[in-house]
Amino acid sequence: MTSPNSKPNVSLATLAGVFLGVGLASFGGSSAAWLYRDLVQKRGWVSEEEYLSAMTLSQVLPGANPVNMAMYVGSKLRGGKGGVAAVMGLVGPPFVVILILGALYVRYGATPFVHQIMGGLIAVGVGMVLQLAAQLAKNIRRFVPAAFALAIFLAVGVFRWPMIPVVLVLAPLSIAAEAYFIRKTPHG
Amino acid sequence: MDSRLPGLFFVFGSLSLFSFGGGQAIIADMQHQVVDVRHWMTAREFVDLFALSRTAPGPSTLIAALIGWHVAGFFGALVGTIGMYLPSSIVMYGAVRWWHAKADSPFRLALQRGLAPIALGLVLAGALTVLEAAQANTLQLATALITAGLLLYTKTGPYLLMAIAVALFGALYYF
Repeated sequence: MTSPNSKPNVSLATLAGVFLGVGLASFGGSSAAWLYRDLVQKRGWVSEEEYLSAMTLSQVLPGANPVNMAMYVGSKLRGGKGGVAAVMGLVGPPFVVILILGALYVRYGATPFVHQIMGGLIAVGVGMVLQLAAQLAKNIRRFVPAAFALAIFLAVGVFRWPMIPVVLVLAPLSIAAEAYFIRKTPHG
Repeated sequence: MDSRLPGLFFVFGSLSLFSFGGGQAIIADMQHQVVDVRHWMTAREFVDLFALSRTAPGPSTLIAALIGWHVAGFFGALVGTIGMYLPSSIVMYGAVRWWHAKADSPFRLALQRGLAPIALGLVLAGALTVLEAAQANTLQLATALITAGLLLYTKTGPYLLMAIAVALFGALYYF
């Protein structure tokens, strides 16, 4: 497992390039799945645990989640410049794509054929999120984190309680539990 | 300079700082600002741009680019997008600086371990929400489930699945 401190040597261009791929491939809200695939599985820039905690930070703090993740990983690897490179890589190409779609829309109105194709890409994106959820669930090894994950899932997913207050209550409890375990077993 | 550019930056910059939980959280407020307060477009136009932003790749908050374009052309798109991402990115950068400065402290370790299951629960909840989204038709639902199954149990990569989906959905358009 990667330690939280390990910093692979990565050029700004590589950093921007990886997030460029994520940005262009993220249809239907699948950026979390692309980030997991590229950052954890393919490159090993962050461990699964660090990926998950960075995702929580990204969701709780203001800003779009993938953009915040780009800022997290970019500035972890290459400081402020890295953060800027990662965010520009992530947002730049989709910015161009959405303006092209906008121009097509203005000129031709709704384009059902383009819409149909995008619908297919969105369906694949949804499938990737489902796969990520299954993959992460399979990797849980301990009871307490599993219980907290289940509680969040039930509260936000099933009961539709608002996310921010739920997280603000459960996150400190989860952190306190882990602090207790770390103190009990000094080697973690 | 177009006098509406500072307005664009101000509207999206404020929304950026309040987008706790991501882009979905601010859509209603964005519509209110853009349609009712600033009169930059009609509610109907806003809904159209929102639908368009959902089909495009990348973060859904890129709707800021479409609105900016509608209001003040290319520079409007640029200013709207920068307004959407710059303020929240500065906050995130500060948080990450602090996070990495504390990398060796036991409290930071507890924070990392304690926050991980929260994201896991949110990813699971998000997967349920997209599955329940009523707009998905049977073909899309089947595609999503088959995609998840192939990615989990075979070595198939997502790019191949995306190419197949484009071909399949494109071909079905003509039947």
